[in-house]
Amino acid sequence: MTTLERGAAPQAPAKSLGGLLDRPEWLGPLMIGPAVLFIALVVGIPFLLALYYSVSDISMGDRTMRFVGLKNFIAVAGTSNFQTSIVNTFVFAIVSQILVIVLGTALALALLRDFRGKWFVRFLLLLPWVAPISLGTIGWLWIFDSTYSVLNWTLEALGLITPHGWYMWLGIPYLAMGSVIAVHVWRILPLATVILLAGLSSIPHDIHDAARVDGAGYWRHLFQITVPLVRPIMLVAGLFGLVFAFTDMIVIFVLTRGGPYDTTQVLSTLAFFTGIQGGDLAEGAAIALFLFPMLLAVAIGFLRVARRAEVV
Amino acid sequence: MAIVETRDVQKLFGDVRAVDGVNLATNEGEFLVLLGPSGCGKTTLLRMIAGLEQPSSGDIIIGGQVVTALPPRARKIAMVFQSYALYPHMTVGKNIAFPLKAQGTPREEQQKRVQRSASMLGIGHLLHRKPRELSGGERQRVALARALVREPAVFLLDEPLSNLDAKLRTSARDELQQFQRQVATTTIYVTHDQVEAMGLGHRIAVMDSGRVRQLGTPQEVYHDPADTFVATFLGSPPMNLIEKPEYSLGFRPENFLPREVYAKDGHLFALPCRVTRLEYLGSDRLVYGVTEGKLEGHRVISKLPSNISVFMQPGERHEFALPEKELKFFDPRTGLRAAPRAL
Ligand SMILES: Nc1ncnc2c1ncn2[C@@H]1O[C@H](COP(=O)(O)OP(=O)(O)OP(=O)(O)O)[C@@H](O)[C@H]1O
Ligand SMILES: [Mg+2]
Repeated sequence: MTTLERGAAPQAPAKSLGGLLDRPEWLGPLMIGPAVLFIALVVGIPFLLALYYSVSDISMGDRTMRFVGLKNFIAVAGTSNFQTSIVNTFVFAIVSQILVIVLGTALALALLRDFRGKWFVRFLLLLPWVAPISLGTIGWLWIFDSTYSVLNWTLEALGLITPHGWYMWLGIPYLAMGSVIAVHVWRILPLATVILLAGLSSIPHDIHDAARVDGAGYWRHLFQITVPLVRPIMLVAGLFGLVFAFTDMIVIFVLTRGGPYDTTQVLSTLAFFTGIQGGDLAEGAAIALFLFPMLLAVAIGFLRVARRAEVV
Repeated sequence: MAIVETRDVQKLFGDVRAVDGVNLATNEGEFLVLLGPSGCGKTTLLRMIAGLEQPSSGDIIIGGQVVTALPPRARKIAMVFQSYALYPHMTVGKNIAFPLKAQGTPREEQQKRVQRSASMLGIGHLLHRKPRELSGGERQRVALARALVREPAVFLLDEPLSNLDAKLRTSARDELQQFQRQVATTTIYVTHDQVEAMGLGHRIAVMDSGRVRQLGTPQEVYHDPADTFVATFLGSPPMNLIEKPEYSLGFRPENFLPREVYAKDGHLFALPCRVTRLEYLGSDRLVYGVTEGKLEGHRVISKLPSNISVFMQPGERHEFALPEKELKFFDPRTGLRAAPRAL
């Protein structure tokens, strides 16, 4: 095909715009150009800027900026709230992703079947995804509120706790982390479910029938046929969610602001509080850049999975 | 080995009667073919026998036991799908071993049986490949080996040859038949290809719009069709049918030959024709014509073996005839076979 087009090129003189657009060596760059430009402006420049800030002594309200080498990184790494944040980041990202994958698979399997009112369940499921995230999270703030918590009220009405035993969902270290993870899972679940649903419905029906005829019970069928066949898509969804959990801060910012006592502080919120609210741009950039190697590892995993999935 | 029986089996999909009251019973170790045009309900019937589809009414009986309510795995059946449905993430060996694993067969026993069924189908050297690294013919054998390995009481096959090219299909048909005679397991085989059906089946069930029109040996369904549907569905070209208000008359193109081919004596039914078109098919010649005389104005086809060299030309009138015993009569209203009558 390429040779054909090359062969035709000399006949269509490149003078007119139409002629130019017919030539793959022009058309290709032209089509991909805007995307490259967009990435360079929106991702590339801020990233380079952050790299530069992290090795300088820039701060807000200060016009001078000097190169200080790795001083910021060393200073940041020594602080205890940074070390807690790293641990929290991993706990938050990994636990929420495991929950998302497990719950998403279960939901997708349920939605694959036909039942009455399926459209309504789908609609409910997608709701968290279409609602603005900050609004949704503020709703959760009320659900977890220490005096008006509907969650506590419900638990009390069910007789599971006494009026004096109300939980401070966002005020007690482990409960706060649990709450934050729950809201994050609530938020990511719709997307993960839809992706997994697409993966599950792409498995040919005959394969499931063959497994049933071959005598596989429910669990064997699930773990030896269904899950291995959606594994590439599951991994893509998982890695995508992992990147999201590493970098997103809205849920934590609205619910706990990293508290109580930094027990829900993650790298992204710490970078924000240090760099933007604390005014120390250089240290904020350094904290944010600690995320970079992790994200890079995840991205490489991503690409490898995507390539393997193509072959199968 | 087992006898499979269906009793008044019906399947409705909404308003569609996919299977409409089928009564069938196989013999022990028989090769039964379900033959019919596309959409007549063959696959649906087979899936109900397998337990993949629940009948709307009626019962499935395998080996004397009513299995209608049982799941597929409790029915001692194995099925080969049109797409083969091999597990793409498992090697050939794992694919074949899967039914054994599901059964809880001990590991050494699994290995032995996988080896045995793989070598029976000549795929012993492919056990470490993934399905996507196989040709169509090899995949079909893997699917058969996977069905065979459990030593089921019944094989169910849904158009297992339709994904193969014409040449491979002929040799695969041959192997399939040998294989079935060797294991002597009751087999139900779905196809819409009449050549396959005639060549493979001990008996053929000819289906149309959810019903079995006739169940019989290949000879019976071909030479003694039960109705006009069976008569015109089988044969290439199909049976000539002359429809009159009082009766319908059918005869096979290969029996309908120029008068001079037949000996002078014998009970012949003569039917003059005006030749409209000739077609050369290598081994045969097809003569298209319009009848004249008492049964005037019907289109008929004659199939002449090419070793009969009668000269004919379009536009010309020619005397044709056929043995009287080859005339089949049908009731014009019901389409059912009727007693012969004098013409
Ligand atoms: N799941 C289904 N839902 C609705 N209608 C169906 C379903 N499965 C089959 N049918 C209908 O039932 C009829 C019989 O289908 P079936 O697949 O049994 O035909 P078939 O004889 O196997 O045809 P083919 O030779 O094309 O495979 C068809 O009219 C089909 O449209
Ligand atoms: Mg079919």
